[in-house]
Amino acid sequence: MSRKPFIRPVPTASWWLHQGRYTRYMIREATCILIGAYSAVLIVGLMRLGEGKVAYDAYLATVQSPAGMLFHIVALAFALYHTTSWFNVTPKAMPLVYAGKRVPGGLIIGAHYIGWAVVSVILLVLVGA
Amino acid sequence: MNADTDIKTRIIEIEILRYNPETDIEPAFQTYEVPCHEDWVVLDAVNYIKDEIDRTLSYRWSCHMAVCGSCGMMVNGEPTLSCHSFLRDHPDKLRIEPLANFPIERDLVVVMDDFIDKLKSVKPYIVPREKRSIDDGTHTQMPAELAKFKQYTLCINCTLCYAACPQYMLNEGFVGPAALALAHRYNLDSRDVGASAREDVVASNPGVWECSFVGACSDVCPHDVDPASAIQQAKIAGVLDYFKSFLMPKGEAKQ
Amino acid sequence: METIKADVVIVGAGGAGLRAAIEIAETNPALNVALLSKVYPMRSHTVAAEGGAAGVTLDNDSFENHFNDTVTGGDWLCDQDAVEMFVKEAPRELTRMEHWGCPWSRQPDGSVAVRPFGGMKVERTWYAADKTGFHMLHTLYQTSLQFPSIKIYDEFYSTDLIVVDGRCRGLTAIEMRTGQMRLFDAKAVIIATGGAGRVFPFTTNGAIKTGDGMAMAYRAGVALKDMEFVQYHPTGLPGTGILITEGARGEGGILVNKDGYRYLQDYNLGPPDPWPRKKAMELGPRDRLSQAFWHENKKGRTIDTPHGDIVYLDLRHLGQDKIDERLPLVRELASSYVDADPVFKPIPVRPVIHYTMGGIDTEIDAKTSLEGLFAAGECACVSINGANRLGSNSLTELLVFGSRAGQGAAALASEGNPPDDTAEIARQGEVARGRMTALFLQSGDGESIPGLRKEMNVTMEEGAGIYRSEDSLQKTCQTMATLRKRFQNVELEDKSNVYNTDLIQAFELGSMLDVAHAMAVSALNRKESRGSHQRLDFEDRDDATYLKHSLAHYDPEGDPRIEYKDVVITKSQPGDRVYGGEQK
Repeated sequence: MSRKPFIRPVPTASWWLHQGRYTRYMIREATCILIGAYSAVLIVGLMRLGEGKVAYDAYLATVQSPAGMLFHIVALAFALYHTTSWFNVTPKAMPLVYAGKRVPGGLIIGAHYIGWAVVSVILLVLVGA
Repeated sequence: MNADTDIKTRIIEIEILRYNPETDIEPAFQTYEVPCHEDWVVLDAVNYIKDEIDRTLSYRWSCHMAVCGSCGMMVNGEPTLSCHSFLRDHPDKLRIEPLANFPIERDLVVVMDDFIDKLKSVKPYIVPREKRSIDDGTHTQMPAELAKFKQYTLCINCTLCYAACPQYMLNEGFVGPAALALAHRYNLDSRDVGASAREDVVASNPGVWECSFVGACSDVCPHDVDPASAIQQAKIAGVLDYFKSFLMPKGEAKQ
Repeated sequence: METIKADVVIVGAGGAGLRAAIEIAETNPALNVALLSKVYPMRSHTVAAEGGAAGVTLDNDSFENHFNDTVTGGDWLCDQDAVEMFVKEAPRELTRMEHWGCPWSRQPDGSVAVRPFGGMKVERTWYAADKTGFHMLHTLYQTSLQFPSIKIYDEFYSTDLIVVDGRCRGLTAIEMRTGQMRLFDAKAVIIATGGAGRVFPFTTNGAIKTGDGMAMAYRAGVALKDMEFVQYHPTGLPGTGILITEGARGEGGILVNKDGYRYLQDYNLGPPDPWPRKKAMELGPRDRLSQAFWHENKKGRTIDTPHGDIVYLDLRHLGQDKIDERLPLVRELASSYVDADPVFKPIPVRPVIHYTMGGIDTEIDAKTSLEGLFAAGECACVSINGANRLGSNSLTELLVFGSRAGQGAAALASEGNPPDDTAEIARQGEVARGRMTALFLQSGDGESIPGLRKEMNVTMEEGAGIYRSEDSLQKTCQTMATLRKRFQNVELEDKSNVYNTDLIQAFELGSMLDVAHAMAVSALNRKESRGSHQRLDFEDRDDATYLKHSLAHYDPEGDPRIEYKDVVITKSQPGDRVYGGEQK
C-alpha cells in the first residue's frame, strides 16, 4: 500500500560520457562519420576524373594539401579502429563449431586479418605498387 | 575452530544509496565504517552492516556462490554480483547502489517486474518437433549440438546486463540481453522448433533490432554468457529467415 | 484481509514446487495453481546443487542396485516401499526433464552421460556439467511459464497454515513489497520449502534455507520425522561453506590429510587403489567421509587455517581438459574464493552442513497426516534417504515426489469444494496477522535477531554436530529451549512496511529455532549411532530399539514430544554397511 518505486533520472544527452565503455562505444560509432566522409572524397575524386585532367589535378592538389593529408591520416586512424574493433567481435556474430567444440575466437579473428592482408597485397599489385 | 583473529582486517568506508518509500522523497547516501576481513566479498561487508550496525538495510542475497543471481548491485558504478566481488580488489572506499535501470523498491532492492515479463515474452521453453512419450526415451543430442547452445544456458538471470545496457537505460521497451539470449538458447537447441513462435518478440524493433552492439552486457556478465553475441546471431538469423520467407513462403524454415 | 482463492497453493518454487505445479497444470489445466515463493523462483536453493541426479540408465545397472545402494546408504532407516517406487520412477522423471530441455551432458553417441557418485555400485548419476541443480531449476521454471493456470506470487513469505476441522484450507503470507498479509484460500496445499541448513553456522546452504515450511507444518500439528539426521557434506570450502561437488570425487579426486596421505583407507573404505572405484575411498557415503574427518582432526592430522581445520581435495591428476569439461564451476569457485586453482593446487575443504534428511512426515504419496496438506523435496521426509542421503538422490527426489504431491493435490482439488468455512478461515487469518503486528509492537530491551541466530548456530554445531553425546545434546536442548523463550521478546529495529527484511528475518529465525529444537531433542532421544547421527556414548546401531523413525510433535511452550514409528522393511533386512574392498 505504501510502495513508491523510485525511477532514477536518465541523462539522455550525456549518458555516453558517464562510463569509459560507453564513450569508447560512441567513438566506434563516430568512426562511421569519417568513413562516410572519406567515401565522399573518393566519389568526388571519381567525378573529377570523369570531368577531365584539369578538374582531376585540382582534386589531387586539394587532397595532397596539408589539410587534406591531415584529414586522410585521421580518417585512416578511425578506419583502422573501426575495422579492428569489428574484426574482434566477429567471432561473437559468427560462432563456428568444429569436431564438437567451438573454434577459438582468435582463429576467426586471425583469419580476418590474413584475409585483409591478402586482399591488400592483391590490390597493391594491381595498382602497380 | 574460530581462528578469525589470524585474518587481516581493514576499515572500509562504504556508502550505500538508501531509500525508504514511506519516509523518503528520494534516495540518499548513508555511510558506514566497516571492519572487513581481507578475504571477504562485498556481500560479507553488507551482511556485517545489517547484522551489526543497521538492521534497516534491505537487499537480496542467498547462495553466496554466484549462481542464484540475487545479489546484483552497482559497486563503484559497475554492475556486480556482490557475493563475487572481492574486497581485495577494492580500495578503502566503496559506493554501493541498487542495480541501474530498474526502479528502486527499497534500498538496494529493485523492481524486477519488467525483466520477468520480458523473460516470459520470448517463450523460453522447448517447443517440440513432435509429441514424445517417456517410453520413447531421451532425444539423441550430439556433443556438437549441445556445444552450439550450451553457453546460452548459463544465464543466472542476475540482470547485471540490463543494468549495463545503455539501450535499456534509454528505452525500457527493449526486450534486453538476457531475455534475447535465452530465446536464442532455445532457437539453437536441436530439440526445439519454436523459432517462428518467438519471432514476433525477438526479431522485432524492441527485440534484437534495438541493440546497437555496445557490448556492455557481455562485459559485465558473470558467467560469460555473452548475450551480445546471441543478439547479433539472432539478427543474422532473423534476416535470413526474412529472405527465406520470400523464397519459400509455404515452408516453416527453422534456421 | 485480501483473500486469494486458488485450487492448489504451493509454497516454495524450487525443484519440487515447480515440478508439482507443472504436474497439476498438465494433469488438469482447469485447476488454478498459486505458486508462492519468498524469492524469485530461480533463486531457490535447488540452483546451487552441482553433481547430478540419479536414475538407473546403463545396461549393467538395475533398480535392485539403486534400491540396495540407497537403503544401505541410509543405514536401513529408509522406507523400502518408497525407495522401490522412487528408483523405478527416477529414470522416467529424468527423461521427462530431458524432453523439457534440460541440457544433460552427453556421451559421444548422443545419449545421456552418467557419472559415478558416492555410495553407488554402478554409475547412474545424470549430470549437466557440474551445475545440474542450476540447469534443472531453470528448465523447470522456464517450462512452467507456458502454463497459464500457474500463477507465481514472487516474494511472498508464507507464515501460517489455516486448518479447519482437521483439514488444511490454505495459509497466510506476507507480500514482501508491501508488508501486507494476504490470505490464500485453497482446496489443497503443497509445502516444498527446502531444508534448514542455516540452523548451523557452517553450511553449503544459502540464506533462504531456514526451514520455514517445516515449521509451518510442525506448528499446525504435523510431526517432523527423523530430525536428528543432518548431513555434513565432506567437501565444503572453509569460511564460506561453498559446496565443492561430490562429482569432483566421482571424476577421480582424492582427499589427503596434512601428510599427503589418503586417510580414508584407515576407516574401512580402502584399499586406496585401484582408483577410482565405486563405493570405495572417496566414493564412500557422505556420513562416513565426514566422520573420518572428525577422527583425523582429533588425531591432529588435519591442517589448521584461519577458517578452521581442513584437509585437501586434490584434482590435479585429472588434468585441465577434464576439469574444464566436467568441473568448470569447481575450478571457478576454488580459484576465486580460496585461491586454489584445482588444475595446479589442491583445494582446502572441510565437512559442512548440507542436507536435512528429516522433515515433514509424509507418506509414499506425499500426503501428510493433515488432510489437504502435501509436502515434497528436502522439507519432507518420506523417508527415502533414511539416516544418510546418497549424493544425487535428492535432485531426483524433487521430481519424483514433486510429481506425486502434484498428483495428490490435483486429485483432491478436483473432488469438489470443501465446506464453506469462510468465517473461520478469515478469523485464523487475523490471528496470523496479529502475530505479525505483535512483532512491531515490541520495543526497547528486546532480543536481537542476529544475536539469537548466532547463539543457535554455536550451540547446534557444538552439541549436535558430526559426533554427539548425552552431555552435549542436553546442553544444546536446554539452550534451544531458552532461545525459543527469548525469541518471544525479539525486537524489530526496522518498523517499515515496504520490503522489510528485518521482519522476514524475524520470522525465519522463529522457524529455525523451532526446527533446531526438534533436531536437538530428537537427537538426544535416539540412543544409538546410525548413519549421520553418531553418538560417542552409544557407538553401535541398535535395530531392536531404533529401527524406527522419530516423530517430533510441536509444543509451543516446551520440548517437542518424541514418538516413534516403524520403518517399512520389504526386501532388505538391516545388515552391515560395507564399503571399500575390490570392485564388485
